[in-house]
Amino acid sequence: MARASSPLVVVDRVTREYAMSGDAPTVAALRGISFGVERAEYVAIVGPSGCGKSTLLNLLGGIDTPTTGSVTIGGDQVNGMSDRQATRFRLLRVGFVFQRFYLMPALTAAENIELPMAEAGRAKAARRERARELLDYVGLGARAGHRPAQLSGGEQQRVAIARALANEPMLLLADEPTGELDARTGAEMIELLGRVNRDGTTMIVVTHDEDLARAARREIHMRDGRIVDDTGARGA
Amino acid sequence: MLGVAVAAAMLLDMVMLSSGMRESFGSLLVTTGYQIRLAPRGTLPFDTDASIQAGTGLVDSLKALPGVAAVSPVLGGQLHVTHAGHSVTAFALGGIAAVQGDYDVVAGRQPAGPNEMVGSADFLAAAGARVGDTVMAAAGFDPELRGTTGLRPLVIVGRAHFIYTPAGQRAVALPLQTLQQMEGGSAWDRLSLAMVRADSGANVEALRREIERRFTRVSAISTETALQQVDQRLSYFRQLALILGVVSLVVGFLLVTTMVTVSVNERLGEIIVMRAIGVARARVVLQIMLEGVALMTIGTAAGLALGLVTGRYLNGILSGFPGLPAEIRFFVFAPRDAWTALGLLVGAGLLAGIYPSWRGASRPIATTLREEAI
Repeated sequence: MARASSPLVVVDRVTREYAMSGDAPTVAALRGISFGVERAEYVAIVGPSGCGKSTLLNLLGGIDTPTTGSVTIGGDQVNGMSDRQATRFRLLRVGFVFQRFYLMPALTAAENIELPMAEAGRAKAARRERARELLDYVGLGARAGHRPAQLSGGEQQRVAIARALANEPMLLLADEPTGELDARTGAEMIELLGRVNRDGTTMIVVTHDEDLARAARREIHMRDGRIVDDTGARGA
Repeated sequence: MLGVAVAAAMLLDMVMLSSGMRESFGSLLVTTGYQIRLAPRGTLPFDTDASIQAGTGLVDSLKALPGVAAVSPVLGGQLHVTHAGHSVTAFALGGIAAVQGDYDVVAGRQPAGPNEMVGSADFLAAAGARVGDTVMAAAGFDPELRGTTGLRPLVIVGRAHFIYTPAGQRAVALPLQTLQQMEGGSAWDRLSLAMVRADSGANVEALRREIERRFTRVSAISTETALQQVDQRLSYFRQLALILGVVSLVVGFLLVTTMVTVSVNERLGEIIVMRAIGVARARVVLQIMLEGVALMTIGTAAGLALGLVTGRYLNGILSGFPGLPAEIRFFVFAPRDAWTALGLLVGAGLLAGIYPSWRGASRPIATTLREEAI
């Protein structure tokens, strides 16, 4: 019998509690979450505000650590990493897309995309070539020399997606990627993210946007720090 | 930025002040190549009215010493000059034209004949005289005879720039023997000062000691010992420069700390996103610090220009102190001073930027992202 390949992402009984000031009791943002994500899957995490979606995304991206439990991505246990290892992991293994784009205002679109590649030590010519490819991929080939202030919100988010893809990550994490965009631009963004996934990138998005959630092949519904529904999970 | 420029200007001025007067005085002393000055025992040149008797014998003996290249005897005094209705009292230097080291002739020629003299521009203006004119000069006034002493006509053969006189000083120079004769019997063969030039390669300090050993009626002061005495007298200036220099460094340090802190707070979102996408903390810190250093360098460059202007202005004020040679500069610019000020401030900027940039780059990423998103 052939053994099935292990999931790319394994979240095992993860809790995250925040200490409050003084003698106030801790607040539990996540209460024993477990799930897996296969390679090339497209997962949307949905739920009301404060249910723990973004906290979960932060744990997956290695920018926060669980109180208990473990997060394993590509065979590496993220919550056991040192700060240096976690930084390197974020640089090479995952890509982040934020609601507010967070591009470097002093850099051009192309330079923003080159930033993580430069940090990874890629040669200048290779960086430029890759940045040009990615700008073409997100439909901004003609805007390479523009700074963020000269780009619309949708264009900035496209640059942010290109930046997240720069080092060819195994996992793309997006936190409310359409949250700052109007309906038409949001629809374009949903189409772009779908294309990124179809081209082989595993994606987990946190969203309130129902259209974006429907575009994902799997929806994880959360409430009060727990998973209450996992629609479309393989084998579910 | 303006604050950094002002701190840099102040620091540069203090660096220039701490060494400027000494260097200026030192270069003034060696302008004409004489390294040793002989004054009556226990005095400094022209510090008192004391004089060296039997000057001719002293000069001949000095010339015979091994290692001595030239000796320039000098007698100082006063001349009362009348010309075309003007009456002027001038500081007079008697010397030997061929070896004198007190003035440069800027128009005309050296006073070679016994009845010739040169004068400073201020003297010529006050006397209403020009090169070529003949004036009547007296070395003194005898109250008993109610008349001048040593009165004689002198031809002005040149206009001279006097190296060691204060600004505005009316000064003349004439042959040593002429001035000695005009001052009368007691002044015959008297000197105020003798300057000695050592052979190239000679040990000046050893020569100075030898002169003092042989000629007990004189004090021999080398340029180096003169500078040591200047150092003692100017210690107040150096302490002031040190204190104000440290103050400007501290101000610069605090300014950069504040600037970097404000910059980090304003750009916290950017900084944290750089960390989130995998940029190493050390690189983020380095980038913030380099931006701080760039600001500091630009501010310092502007400050250096400001410092040169203020130094020049302050020089104008301080150089007017009575009795100081007009050539003395309190603030002497040397490229080394600019590099020192720049290096100190940029170094302070680097140190000042480390803590706020490290603190900013070390904030918890998830929490800070959430705070920035609100």
